[in-house]
Amino acid sequence: MSPEGVTSPNPVGDAIGKSVPRLEAREKLTGQAVYTDDMTLPGMLHAAMLGAPYAHARIRSIDTSEAEALEGVRAVVTAEDLPKKKYVGVFLKDQMTFAGDKVRYISEPIAAVAADTLEIARKALQLIEVEYEELPAVFDPEEALEADAPILHENRDEYPCPYERPEHPNAVAYTQFKEGDIDNAWAECDVIVEGVYETPAQEHMYMEPCSTLVAVDANGKITIWSSMQSVFRVQTMIAEAFDMPMSKVRVIAPRIGGGFGGKCDLTNQPATVALALKSGRPVKMTLSREDDMMMMKSRHAGKIYCRTGARKDGTLVAREMRLFLDGGAYADESPEVSTVAAFFGRGPYRIPHVNVESWSVYTNKLRASAFRGFGNPQATFASERQIDEVAEKLGMDPIDLRIKNALQSGDKWLGGQTVEGGSLAECLEKARAASDWDKRRQNNGKEVRPGKRRGICVSGMSHISGMLSAGAAVRLHEDGTVTVNTGAVDIGEGADTVMAQICAGALGLSLDQVNYGNPDTDSSPYNFQTSASRVTYMVGKAVEQASERVREQMFRHAGEMLECAEDDLELRPGGVIGIRGVGDAAVPFAAIAGRSLYASGGPIMGTHNWLFEGERFDPKRALVRGFALDGIGVFTFGAHVVEVDVDMATGKTEVLEAWCAHDVGRALNPGAVDGQIHGAFAQGLGYGLYEELVWDDGRLVNPTMMDYKVPGPLDLPYKIHPILIENPSDGPFGAKGIGEIALVGTAPAICNAITAATGAAINRIPATPERVLRAILAAEGGS
Amino acid sequence: MSEMDVIEKQPVTLRVNGNVHELEIAPARTLLDVLRSELRLTGAKRSCNQGVCGACSVLRDGKPVRACISLAFAAEDSEITTIEGLADGNRLSRVQQAFVDAGAVQCGFCMPAMVIAATALLNENPNPGVEEIRHGLGGNICRCSGYVKVVDAILSLTEGSKS
Repeated sequence: MSPEGVTSPNPVGDAIGKSVPRLEAREKLTGQAVYTDDMTLPGMLHAAMLGAPYAHARIRSIDTSEAEALEGVRAVVTAEDLPKKKYVGVFLKDQMTFAGDKVRYISEPIAAVAADTLEIARKALQLIEVEYEELPAVFDPEEALEADAPILHENRDEYPCPYERPEHPNAVAYTQFKEGDIDNAWAECDVIVEGVYETPAQEHMYMEPCSTLVAVDANGKITIWSSMQSVFRVQTMIAEAFDMPMSKVRVIAPRIGGGFGGKCDLTNQPATVALALKSGRPVKMTLSREDDMMMMKSRHAGKIYCRTGARKDGTLVAREMRLFLDGGAYADESPEVSTVAAFFGRGPYRIPHVNVESWSVYTNKLRASAFRGFGNPQATFASERQIDEVAEKLGMDPIDLRIKNALQSGDKWLGGQTVEGGSLAECLEKARAASDWDKRRQNNGKEVRPGKRRGICVSGMSHISGMLSAGAAVRLHEDGTVTVNTGAVDIGEGADTVMAQICAGALGLSLDQVNYGNPDTDSSPYNFQTSASRVTYMVGKAVEQASERVREQMFRHAGEMLECAEDDLELRPGGVIGIRGVGDAAVPFAAIAGRSLYASGGPIMGTHNWLFEGERFDPKRALVRGFALDGIGVFTFGAHVVEVDVDMATGKTEVLEAWCAHDVGRALNPGAVDGQIHGAFAQGLGYGLYEELVWDDGRLVNPTMMDYKVPGPLDLPYKIHPILIENPSDGPFGAKGIGEIALVGTAPAICNAITAATGAAINRIPATPERVLRAILAAEGGS
Repeated sequence: MSEMDVIEKQPVTLRVNGNVHELEIAPARTLLDVLRSELRLTGAKRSCNQGVCGACSVLRDGKPVRACISLAFAAEDSEITTIEGLADGNRLSRVQQAFVDAGAVQCGFCMPAMVIAATALLNENPNPGVEEIRHGLGGNICRCSGYVKVVDAILSLTEGSKS
């Protein structure tokens, strides 16, 4: 949370709370916005990567001579061209730019070519001769944890790792949270529900495939433009992979065509850097959609064993959960994802007796890593399905049951952190009222439209907003306008606009008096990443406070210029400081700026840098074993009510309407908040109904947009109603993050509605027509 | 310039955004490739590259086509309009302005094509309802927005919204 005493000022002017259009809307709508693949440098080469044909194989030899001899080829790189045993990763560092001794998933990059044209580069890839020795492979996380399973990383002791790894070499990380007395709690329960839940590997499917452009200057300094979620993470990890100082790596953000977690950390930047270093020419590498889907990352597929017990009156008593998350061939963010999944295993409810265990596991498949929700959607799917089943068994209204058990402010989260802003019950009440829940619920199971059954149901949800560190700098220009610099890369969510609004609100400026600087490691203050619903809360707080520092400096000047006490001064809209209550006693920012530059004090610049320091786990309350991250953010809460029609002949589900209530602290730009909720709902609907990467013996069978369906305009209801609740947090002007949470509870809300419509239990997503139909038949057969 | 170009280049005349371009290109090259690489019109995007997502949409004689699966040669006798051709200098087209006002833009990668699709839809049917709009945009994928504000933007240009 924010350090004591760092309070928000009152906003001046009308920038805060206003749905202003994106600063960059015009450039994006006219085709002028420059994404990485739109850039060209003189002498630039085009590049592509070669993927492995086997899921698990030893590399005997790689012969690139024929590829190098092809006319127009300027560089071919393999593991031989990079520093040896320089593993990169986030916590567990287990990955190289190109496979060295072994390949561990089909399409794992093993070489790259830069050539005069993309056609030549691709042709050259086919001329690379690789000799493999195929090895037994494993594709299922639970099988991978068996004693005699094929081992992916025999050399794991070489990998830098800051936490103690589980014993089994295929286990990436393990986390346990245990509270209360779980063994004896079940005897207290009148109702116990138990189930196994399965969630898919979801593809990020950012519309812009991964793309990187690299130039190397005469002094060996590398400049990288890339589609990414953090200029600073890319800078750090490239320096690490190439064993070079960060002072020789510059990273600049162009426009980014979506990320959703898939562009956290590294994508194809290291391969492109290797080619630029070897060829001495600028190199651009844009992945084809198929290469992007087969080589990059996905969400962790999950298998979740869950048991929940309650008393007759609806009081939740006990929860056990075991999660197996499929990490694919390398760690990436698996350790963090599985610990976050465990952290949300109890959900936002008061359950005194809990045991949650989660594993992330290596398998010979595509790497899984960060994806909007970060482990939470898997845990929440099982949890919210099961809460609904408890309500059904007890004959209770599912909203009543959730409200009865909802965490309140002052309660403890699993692990012992104190909940602030505990507004789950309020979110549920607002969603109930807005959806006309009591009336619509009477239609549950009814054939409102011929051949279809209607169902309405709910999911509660929670997430965090915050994490790690961020800074901001605000500089006053000679004419009284300002420039804001941060390291926050806008991946489409609207950070540029909201950061500018925060500065404008803190200084009483209009938006066109605020320039938002593009993130560039050469000149921007540090920011960890655009992830963890953290930019508004973390970077926004830094912008708010950096603006405050500018105001304070300006007040000192204004006090001297107007010959009054600083306490008597006020900001007035439009860039003016005046004496409170004295209308015409005022100085414009420009006069202050001029004075600072030419007469007194020097240039005015405000900075603020901070690290989120949350409460730690409480060892007296909870047993926490394995890899666990505490103090990661402030809590956020929400509730979705969803109404569906299910076609009883085909099993097809149509989502008719959705009400999405979220406590956002304060909506700095309500239109942008709505956009985040709409988009997260859409992605959650895809997760719940359509999206699933499918493998056959390690080969991804649907690596195209033709074969992997993301929701289109006809798959989503027009009636998605965001309901914004504003209980101020300690974030900028009270705001907290909304980026991820609305995805977290969407799939369970939809599946709960399918159950309400049909009586069939949907415990595996996506709930395709076939799965729904089978569940309906099973429910009918069982009755 | 690709190897294929050297062997098989043929002359072609393309009319794009009112300008006439005399080019020599290989017959197998797609319209998207030629727009982006030869004419440096990068507003049309490559995303799925198989005609599914719609991000490469341009207008051919007023109708939306997928430039990633259209041959440049096949466009020879047509008038091509790309996103760069919709605004009148600094003045946005009414569709572009409606997208700004509705807050429909997020990452923006699909947006040029959405505007193209919306322009074509409104040319065909000046007053579409919600269902007609959803169908009119049916071939265009957006991963950020959930389409609600895109529909709102187009609705704002119809008769019904002027009340």
